[in-house]
Amino acid sequence: MEGKHSPVNKLFFICFAWLVAATLPFYSPAYVLLSITSILMYVTLTVSWTIFCGPTGYISLATATFFGIGIYCAALLGSSLPAPAVVLCGGLAGLAFGVLVGLICLRLSGFYFAVFTFGLSELVRHSVLWWEHNVSGTVGRWVTGTSITQAFYSLLVIASLSILAAYLIRRSIYGMALKAIGESEEAAEHAGINVVVYRIAFFAISSFFMGMAGAAMAAKFTYIDPNSAFNPLISFTPVLMSLFGGIERDYGPILGAFILTFISEVLLSRFPYFYTLIYGIIFVVVILFMPRGLAGLLGSGHQHKFMDH
Amino acid sequence: MKLFLDIIISGLIQGAIYGLIAVGLNLQYGVARVLNVAHGEFVMVGAFATYIMYTVFGINPLLSVAFFSPVSLIAGFLIYKNLFQFIRTSSETAEMFEGNSMLASFGLLYVIQNLALIWWGTSTKAYSYLSFSVGFLGVAFEANRVAALFVGVAVMISFYLFLRYSILGKAIRAAAESPVSAQLSGIDVHRVLGICFGLGVMLACVAGGLVSMMKEITANMGFPYLVTALIVLVLGGLGNIVGSFLGGLIIGLVTAAVMYWQPELSLVASYLIFTIVLLIRPQGIFVRQTNGR
Repeated sequence: MEGKHSPVNKLFFICFAWLVAATLPFYSPAYVLLSITSILMYVTLTVSWTIFCGPTGYISLATATFFGIGIYCAALLGSSLPAPAVVLCGGLAGLAFGVLVGLICLRLSGFYFAVFTFGLSELVRHSVLWWEHNVSGTVGRWVTGTSITQAFYSLLVIASLSILAAYLIRRSIYGMALKAIGESEEAAEHAGINVVVYRIAFFAISSFFMGMAGAAMAAKFTYIDPNSAFNPLISFTPVLMSLFGGIERDYGPILGAFILTFISEVLLSRFPYFYTLIYGIIFVVVILFMPRGLAGLLGSGHQHKFMDH
Repeated sequence: MKLFLDIIISGLIQGAIYGLIAVGLNLQYGVARVLNVAHGEFVMVGAFATYIMYTVFGINPLLSVAFFSPVSLIAGFLIYKNLFQFIRTSSETAEMFEGNSMLASFGLLYVIQNLALIWWGTSTKAYSYLSFSVGFLGVAFEANRVAALFVGVAVMISFYLFLRYSILGKAIRAAAESPVSAQLSGIDVHRVLGICFGLGVMLACVAGGLVSMMKEITANMGFPYLVTALIVLVLGGLGNIVGSFLGGLIIGLVTAAVMYWQPELSLVASYLIFTIVLLIRPQGIFVRQTNGR
């Protein structure tokens, strides 16, 4: 691998991709910009999901909660604060709630972690629904609209930051510690890793990016209600995308998010009636013939597999 | 008193349905280790199949439930054999199998739901069967709901006896306990797991048929049933069949009680119970001791 993709080539490719993306609003039609914005949103969600769930192997299904909190932050603060501050607030709200959730589910792992986080996000959705109906007396809220260009740029920045964070964490001693926690919490504890702090901190960091993505994306939605903001599908999509892309490589989740969002946008516009049918068949075929995801198919030779014991 | 009885009976009716679906999911995840996200879709398919048999051919819903049971069992068995067994043999670790089989069942969910939308559209459908009311201690219930309760409980009891006393039932319990030791004792594990998956599909279809007798049905009715089944599964404990059915009854009763007080909070209540149970007793409330799993 090293001979073909030297570090200089990689850096060149990344800079080139970033330049193309950054100048996109100047020459691309509006609908392309819209699609790219939602691709960037899924890239952010998927990559930030992998920050915690990749090395540990815990499947969190609470993405929709942090995303929705970000959206509601934007709806509440959007008219009184400038856009970057709103996005930051969404991120901080996600971070705070991530600490709380991380604290509550400390004892859980495996299947129970997955269903618990899913139940929790549904609990939040129904509670907000009840609150809006009975206390605020509204069904949905309007978000002060910003231009699509602005939403695009904020998501480009957030996506880049989350990719950078995921890259750095994966290579740092913290990434190793998370991997050790995923293998066996008890052994990690004995090796001197503070499991409690690591679990909460990195769960919260991934929630931070999800919250920011929600706050940035709210501008595109313009009208929101609890069912669309806390849509349970948002929780499942990052899992599917990162497994589809292959969780063992840095580029796997990015590739997965990119390709699946692209496919679904194309299918939705070309075959609106058979959209999920084709999507489902693609899924089954990929699982059957590429059990390690796209990255597993592309990457050859021996790689470190996080699921190996 | 009248209100109390009303809540209890409607809770039990709803709970029996939840119990059936959760027992099915328990066989699929607790034994075969396939977290079948498409489980709710089989409830929907069962409901629509019964609806069509009744409205087009005039066949008694209870009869068509009995007819569809073996059909859905075989269909589920074939799905396991052709899809999940393939994934099982190509996965290197148990975790990889669980992740990949969940993804594949997602694909299944999309396919079934889309086919249902193409065939039946988005409209709600309903038929009336046994819709006269039956009095019980001064409270009136529609006969179809009472029939659904009886059929649900009867299916559950016979299913329990089957697991407890038949040879196949014992093989299923052995495979649930430890697939490796079961294989060493001469049990064809892949066949048993396939049958477990099929039985899960069958229970979902039976529950769907019963639901169609008393409620309106739509092509996207399945997913909420899956979510409730997951809650019940945790409540009763993984691999615990009786626990799943009792858990279903509990969730049914709680939902019915909160429904009278504050309808919009009924789902919140069941999630709250679920959250508390997971935090205090992650192994489920009906498990006597932890057996290391």
